[in-house]
Amino acid sequence: MASGRTRQILAEVAGGGVDVAELPGALVARCAAALPITGVGLMLMTDAGPAGTVAASDGPAGALEELQFTLGEGACVDCSRTGRPVLVADLAAQGPGRWPAFTGEALAAGVAAVFALPLRVGGIRLGVLDLYREVTGPLAGSDLAEALAFADAATAVLLHLQSHTPEGETALGPQTIPVLDDRAQVHQATGMVSVQAGVSLASALLLLRARAFATGRPVADLAHDVLTRLVHFRSDDTT
Amino acid sequence: MDGPQRLAEVFVELADTLVDDFDVVEFLQMLTERAVELLGADAAGLMLADQRGALQLMCSTNQRARSLEVFEVQTSEGPCLDCFTYGAPVVNVDLARAGGRWPAFTAAAAEQGYGAAHALPLRLRGQVIGAMNLFTDAAVHLGEEEIAVGQSMADIATIGLLQERSLREQTVLSEQLQGALSTRVLVEQAKGVLAERAGIDIAQAFTLMRTYARRRNTPLTSVATSVVDGSLEARELTTS
Repeated sequence: MASGRTRQILAEVAGGGVDVAELPGALVARCAAALPITGVGLMLMTDAGPAGTVAASDGPAGALEELQFTLGEGACVDCSRTGRPVLVADLAAQGPGRWPAFTGEALAAGVAAVFALPLRVGGIRLGVLDLYREVTGPLAGSDLAEALAFADAATAVLLHLQSHTPEGETALGPQTIPVLDDRAQVHQATGMVSVQAGVSLASALLLLRARAFATGRPVADLAHDVLTRLVHFRSDDTT
Repeated sequence: MDGPQRLAEVFVELADTLVDDFDVVEFLQMLTERAVELLGADAAGLMLADQRGALQLMCSTNQRARSLEVFEVQTSEGPCLDCFTYGAPVVNVDLARAGGRWPAFTAAAAEQGYGAAHALPLRLRGQVIGAMNLFTDAAVHLGEEEIAVGQSMADIATIGLLQERSLREQTVLSEQLQGALSTRVLVEQAKGVLAERAGIDIAQAFTLMRTYARRRNTPLTSVATSVVDGSLEARELTTS
């Protein structure tokens, strides 16, 4: 469930009429400024592994994201695979066994700790938010809460980006990034719609959100109608 | 309560699940069902705090309780939220007389037909990580011994959440809770996929997945993953 802080971050990031393509960059910059860290990277993930860097803050973050993409190893790779945060407070102390190439490069770039947060909605793998820091030690509780609020915001941004057609039009409406409605019924309906329309869970969630937006209804209401089979999606709904 | 014999059996059963192939969703679901049985309640549910401090519904034994708990989270009012906020049990709430304290919650509880509510905290070293709810149709009163059993169940739930890795520091707790909540979403999506493929309702889909997982001695999360990625077909679940 999105916190008030997540909504606030999204409002700040999308404020001032930024172009959709600039949202990820604005998000990582704001995340890097809000937390006591050296850099932030946002990596797109698929079931096969890293699919490319979406955005990175200044400093070593960009190079380290690229490195994980190239090597297929590192905090973000483990994080996406397991769906859990990977929080390494002391990279040197952990030793090179876990990520032989990544650990050495990160230490050489002056990074002492790495925190990778999964951007997932159940079976939908969207990406990973990587936080890099030049001093060792865990993220304080309040910093971790802030980092997780940014992770929720990044999840909403990645979903929002995927709802855009190649022509740059959006199915969800301009300027507001919809926060994910994290109710059980929405996830259950996502599963049903994926079968009805013959699409992935990610596309099914986007279809649900797009139709809710188009008909001016809350997603949870539409989800309820899907579950009670009042509303049905078909395979041609995707076109 | 069916006596100490049944209580011992349940604790052994719960301990048995805390081994290899541990599945947190299945474990918590089983735990709430046993809590209902042992305490003579009509429903139970479990809520966990995410790291933003917001409560999330993890599992419920039936749809009536689920509706009520979702309502409770949305309105930020009710015994479970008070239990979580203050880290103390809120038990023997006679819902016919609690309208002054929680007006919206008592009205919703009456609508679902519940007469009494109890909430027990999931505690860990001074921190509260969630709460377990119990509901009864009649306004029954739980005795001290029953409350102690309920609190033990809540404590076991805490242990279960921390089972996969030992708790060394705050960050590990965050990892566990995040993982558990993410797993819950996956199971919800799988219920929808299976319900649609098999032409059944959500509750039946959940029962099929759980039965299949138990018979094959497979974690529920693995079954949910296979349902979602299509490697496990609906007919394998319906005919097993």
